[in-house]
Amino acid sequence: MAYKKRHDGRKPGETRKIIAKAGVIPNADGSGYFKIGDTEAYAAVYGPRELHPRSQQDPKQGKLRCAYNMMPFSGQGDRVRPGPSRRSKEISMVMEKALLPVVDLEAFPNAVVDVFVELPQTDAGSRCAAISAASIALADAGLRMRDVVAAVAVGVVDGMKVVDLDYEEEAWKEGDVADIPLAMVPSTGEISLVQMDGRVKKDEFVQAIEQAKPAFDAIADAQRAAIKQRYADAAAKVE
Amino acid sequence: MTEAKEQSKLLVKDHDVVVPGEVLAEGMEYLPSQGTYRKDDRIYANQTGLLIVEGKVLKTIPLAGVYLPKRHDVIIGKVIDILMTGWRLDTNSPYSAVLPLKDATFDYIKKGADLTSFFDLDEYVVCKIFQVTSQNLVDVSMKGPGLRKLKGGRILKVNAAKVPRIIGKRGSMVSMIKQATSCQLTVGQNGLVWLNGEPEQELLAVESIRKIEVEAHVPGLTDRMKQWLEKKTGKKIEMKPDEEFPEDRRPRHDGPRGPRRDGPRGPRRDGPRGPRRDGPRGPRRTGPRR
Repeated sequence: MAYKKRHDGRKPGETRKIIAKAGVIPNADGSGYFKIGDTEAYAAVYGPRELHPRSQQDPKQGKLRCAYNMMPFSGQGDRVRPGPSRRSKEISMVMEKALLPVVDLEAFPNAVVDVFVELPQTDAGSRCAAISAASIALADAGLRMRDVVAAVAVGVVDGMKVVDLDYEEEAWKEGDVADIPLAMVPSTGEISLVQMDGRVKKDEFVQAIEQAKPAFDAIADAQRAAIKQRYADAAAKVE
Repeated sequence: MTEAKEQSKLLVKDHDVVVPGEVLAEGMEYLPSQGTYRKDDRIYANQTGLLIVEGKVLKTIPLAGVYLPKRHDVIIGKVIDILMTGWRLDTNSPYSAVLPLKDATFDYIKKGADLTSFFDLDEYVVCKIFQVTSQNLVDVSMKGPGLRKLKGGRILKVNAAKVPRIIGKRGSMVSMIKQATSCQLTVGQNGLVWLNGEPEQELLAVESIRKIEVEAHVPGLTDRMKQWLEKKTGKKIEMKPDEEFPEDRRPRHDGPRGPRRDGPRGPRRDGPRGPRRDGPRGPRRTGPRR
């Protein structure tokens, strides 16, 4: 039986409900919160600041350093063992590569921008939520960036091309599933992250990405609105 | 060309908060400046900030971000290390500064003297940046009016992007807080503020600075602060420039460019300060320096 209708009643191109906020961590230089369905991510940005150890400093431009972490209680039942794992190290690395094309760190030689992302609750799509939250936090920190980076997964679940898979779809038992996390620079359409778990045909892959374009714009709008909201709230308090 | 002109349109208002990737204007008539860039026929923001429309030029005033050392800035530094020939200062930025012996004091310092007797670790000084290299190596000096070691009082960390608001036009905001609280007050461009006064008055000054920080982007800040301070203290506060700021330190950042409207003036810069840009000796001016 092919997957004809999504189990939670969403349309194929529809994401789960998105909530985005900025300035959620007062101690950080910039911070962001991004929730999509039951997956939520907090991101804190510190810096640019001095980079230690000094051997890692780059005199040409500043560095971006990301740290992705799922909290022990955030998974689907099993406790996530705290500390770095192969998975979290990989995701930290791909986050860095997904965000670097938009941030301009030329003014900060030898310095570092630290991005810490914590996920208190996950229901698939956590690396995409992490990138989206980190991007809000970077913009909130006042860094120069060409655009925000919007990220969401696309996929093919038992023949149906869908956007923003949740855990149930990702672990669909009755047919093949391809899960493709993507990150995009919305103003240019450049893709800064593609990973894939599963198998798809070439044309399905292209169609799945095409179908997700409105979702990327929606996420980018939510991200930008989150930062504006922060300043609008401050203004509203004055009146 | 005429066609391009007809199509040009501004999609945001002056003094709006803009965020990276937001389209500010379409068409070739508008020009990008600080915090904005052009791609094809659109102008985008590349920094979170307050949009300023100056005729056809679109620029932003940043609302957040760390301090980047800039030549001629007066900053408050903290002594973090003592070197063979000077002191290393933390500048509340990614880059530390060096205060060389010869620029530290007019006193004669004997060879091998104990440098901590001049400035000890963890002490704060008001100093002026006189050199910044392309790699952001910073040299500061303490020779100049108002440059001194800070004794007593308290240090406050503020958002460096809001410092111009805390100072106000020609120091008007600083002067208001000083009048209202009778505190001594020094604002470093790097986002450190030094306060000294009666305990309750200090607290009021801290509260007012925090208020400015939060409300900096909302129009009518000066009047609002004046009313607020008058209500808090019951004193009548007079708006006047602060004597420490004879002219705006960075006139390029406030108000429209072009001829000055306040009548004829003498030489543009007086005294031995010298021209602001004197050839290749200064810091490189490319990139997003604020």
